Amino acid sequence: MKKEIINVSRREFLISSGKVGAGFTIGLYLPGCSEQSGNEIHATSGATKMAPPQEISSTPAKGLKEVNAWVVIQPDDTVIIRIARSEMGQGTLTGLAQLVAEELECDWSKVTTEYPTPGENIKRDNIWRDFMTGGSFGIRGSHSYVRKGGAVARHMLIEAAAEQWGVDMAECSAANSVITHTPSGRTISYGKVADAAAELFPPEHVELKDPKDWKLIGQPVKRLDTDEKLNGKQVYGADLWMEGMLNASIKACPVFGGKLKSFDASKVTSMPGVHKVVAVGDDAVAVVAKTWWQAKTALDKLPISWDKGANAKVSTASIDAMLDEGLTSSKKVFVGNKNGDVNKALKGASKVVEATYRYPYQNHATMEPMNATAIWTKDKCEVWCPTQNGTAALQATAQAAGLPVSQCDVHKLHLGGGFGRRGAIHDFVVQAVAIAKQLPGTPVKLLWSREEDMAHGMYHPITMCKLTGGLNNKGDLTSLRVRISGQSILASINPAWMTNGADMFTFQGMLPEGDHAISYSVPNLLVDHAMRNPPVPPGFWRGVNINQNAIYFESFIDELAHTTDKDPLAFRQALMTKHPKSLAVLNAVAKKAGWGTPTEKGVGRGLAVCKAFASHIAACAEVSVNDKGELKILRIVAATDPGYAVNPQQIEAQVEGSFVFGLSALLYGECTIKDGAVEQSNFHDYPSMKIKEMPKVDVIVMPSGGFWGGVGEPTIAVAAPAVLNAIYAATGKRIRQFPLKDVDLNA
Amino acid sequence: MIKLKINGNVVDIDVDETTPLLWVLRENLGLTGSKYGCGIGSCGACTVHINGEAVRSCLVPVSTLNTSKEIVTIEGLSADTSHPVQQAWKELDVPQCGYCQSGMIMSAAALLKKKPQPSDADIDENVTNICRCGTFNRVRRGIHLAVQKNNKS
Ligand code: FES
Ligand code: FES
Repeated sequence: MKKEIINVSRREFLISSGKVGAGFTIGLYLPGCSEQSGNEIHATSGATKMAPPQEISSTPAKGLKEVNAWVVIQPDDTVIIRIARSEMGQGTLTGLAQLVAEELECDWSKVTTEYPTPGENIKRDNIWRDFMTGGSFGIRGSHSYVRKGGAVARHMLIEAAAEQWGVDMAECSAANSVITHTPSGRTISYGKVADAAAELFPPEHVELKDPKDWKLIGQPVKRLDTDEKLNGKQVYGADLWMEGMLNASIKACPVFGGKLKSFDASKVTSMPGVHKVVAVGDDAVAVVAKTWWQAKTALDKLPISWDKGANAKVSTASIDAMLDEGLTSSKKVFVGNKNGDVNKALKGASKVVEATYRYPYQNHATMEPMNATAIWTKDKCEVWCPTQNGTAALQATAQAAGLPVSQCDVHKLHLGGGFGRRGAIHDFVVQAVAIAKQLPGTPVKLLWSREEDMAHGMYHPITMCKLTGGLNNKGDLTSLRVRISGQSILASINPAWMTNGADMFTFQGMLPEGDHAISYSVPNLLVDHAMRNPPVPPGFWRGVNINQNAIYFESFIDELAHTTDKDPLAFRQALMTKHPKSLAVLNAVAKKAGWGTPTEKGVGRGLAVCKAFASHIAACAEVSVNDKGELKILRIVAATDPGYAVNPQQIEAQVEGSFVFGLSALLYGECTIKDGAVEQSNFHDYPSMKIKEMPKVDVIVMPSGGFWGGVGEPTIAVAAPAVLNAIYAATGKRIRQFPLKDVDLNA
Repeated sequence: MIKLKINGNVVDIDVDETTPLLWVLRENLGLTGSKYGCGIGSCGACTVHINGEAVRSCLVPVSTLNTSKEIVTIEGLSADTSHPVQQAWKELDVPQCGYCQSGMIMSAAALLKKKPQPSDADIDENVTNICRCGTFNRVRRGIHLAVQKNNKS
């Protein structure tokens, strides 16, 4: 592996040499926590009065000179690393800090992090680049420039020390935040030269380390953000409190596309704490009160009438009919992958197998419901919110505020889950600003109820898939036709990202090449998409289309293997000779899971493999189904090859977490539509997996080097199909409709 | 006025009596460690201890409480994050987004009080909190590790 030489532009320096200065503090307050001293404390309704609020700032580096945009070092050697991507549980904050620190050669025990704001990023000509945190991109999309940031800072620190000593910087080296002049043995710590380093020009170019020399990348270091998550001190958006703040609870028309007709504020204005009832946009109404509980209580009593609009009759059945039609239609069909002549090959096949699958709408159900806090005045608007994309949140803020972006900013808070819901669409920010605009100068926190969150998701899109496979007389797969019918995310979220009207994202895991390439070689292949867009808003979701595509594909490959009486592992292996990395993860799970060894009665094993977000992943599940039809997932062996593994213990956590997300979706995830609205309203009818259902997971992290793959999402793809194939092995029952809660495994 | 005993302190609160404890904690007392996830007792994010038992505070109207009920929230579980469950959680890096973790920790701590050596089945039955990030296997390991820590101390 070669060292990478990275050029540093002058322009970048000139921008980065500015201080992060005035106007960059956010002065938000955390209500006094457990600092009461045993005295009696009086708290009156709404007027929170406990220990004095403790100021926290998202910018601990305030007022300090930065070495460069990524690195600030305090006189006591504390290293503050700036992170542009968002932490939502996936560990990216720690992973990115590891990348910077690796090149910086700093003392890891003194590392802290902070978020720059997207507004500051724009003022500084996009110096922190991309704030978008999704598509498992946090690390793989920024590894090069953040490592460069660390390397440049290290160079400048060494140069400052050398200058101070009057020696040649080539005779100096740095490790663990200490610079050593080798000939004399003199040392000095980073904190002592950081100020001087900040005045230097950055080097013309820097060399990034050869991966074999990495000391911190690849280490299972502890997360940097754990402590405050253990004692209740972590402030999420939902927890924010500011002096004089009011709270809002909102209801938007439950029917998609419906509008607000009217509401009778007089029925609730005298209720405790109620401040104002406001229309929000043309489709929602909010109650603003002293406390959120008061706002919500009043909102529940508010008489509202809706104009349900054109979608009032949409139902799951009407949507299914749309998709059914698409399974065989030739209208609005886009090709995703094609080679050979599939129709001819199918005609000549000795055996043809066909199956149709369906995957439902699903909600993200982040543990922390959507929220945002806004302050609007006629010349400034600021928002505090959990977001996966600060830049997009800022644009949403400016638009809703009716102000130029330069007069707005967004302060990011850690997310209580994102899963794609808080990335592309900031409907909750737009609403918060629209409310704050009606109360100029007053901070207003909008928090959605869980019910609102269920009713107004950006749902995992719905699709059906019809697969037709042709086998020759030896039982080899010679042709495969895959017709996906259903919803496009891009058509709804951002048509500009489409390719000649096609949503290539729909084909995740089935594409001819790239991050989501198919893992098999089939001589005659056609994968296409009949785009059918029901009026239920779709969105990115953890994994998204790879989730159902892998179910379709991996279940069907299993069906084909069983039709030919071939071993599902051998059947796959034969198709994977040109995909050695995917084959390697598949073989690894088969071996560790004891594939081919006998199982007890009622127990079955199932495999799944795919490439997603540039990583190769595979799983082998072992399940039992008893005579009552009860499923128990006993064990899952999972392997992942993300190229480089920045923090193996966090990858392990993400793999385990992906199983919970993927299996919750498989077992329970379904939003059904009735009268144009989602029927489910909370966790009682949209359940999520619990610890009881969680299998033992053995994680094999097998980085093969040479590429950067994602880890937060890929494994979700193999979770469900491995379990479904294991259910088949245990029961002989092939499941093609989801979720499993609606399926009788005994029938 | 309602008098409550929270984390060892007696507090007077002037709220509508039907207000759930969760919202009194979060909005009147500024104890935001207890989280809102569902408001219907389904997720466990709001779990606190009342007289040592794990209780979902979103379902408890403050009118049912008085100073004979010792309420402990995540902020009061230990003064310095030293409870064995918190320590075990730290050692294993259990939290991901962390939003469910106050509730998870409070459920685990209440279980250990009731059953100092819980089996996996005990954990399955008592720790019924939802975690969308999927920390369950570390939660389970964390509880077993906390038992060891308890035994040592
Ligand atoms: S918020 Fe209380 S159980 Fe979910
Ligand atoms: S850690 Fe995120 S919901 Fe549990």
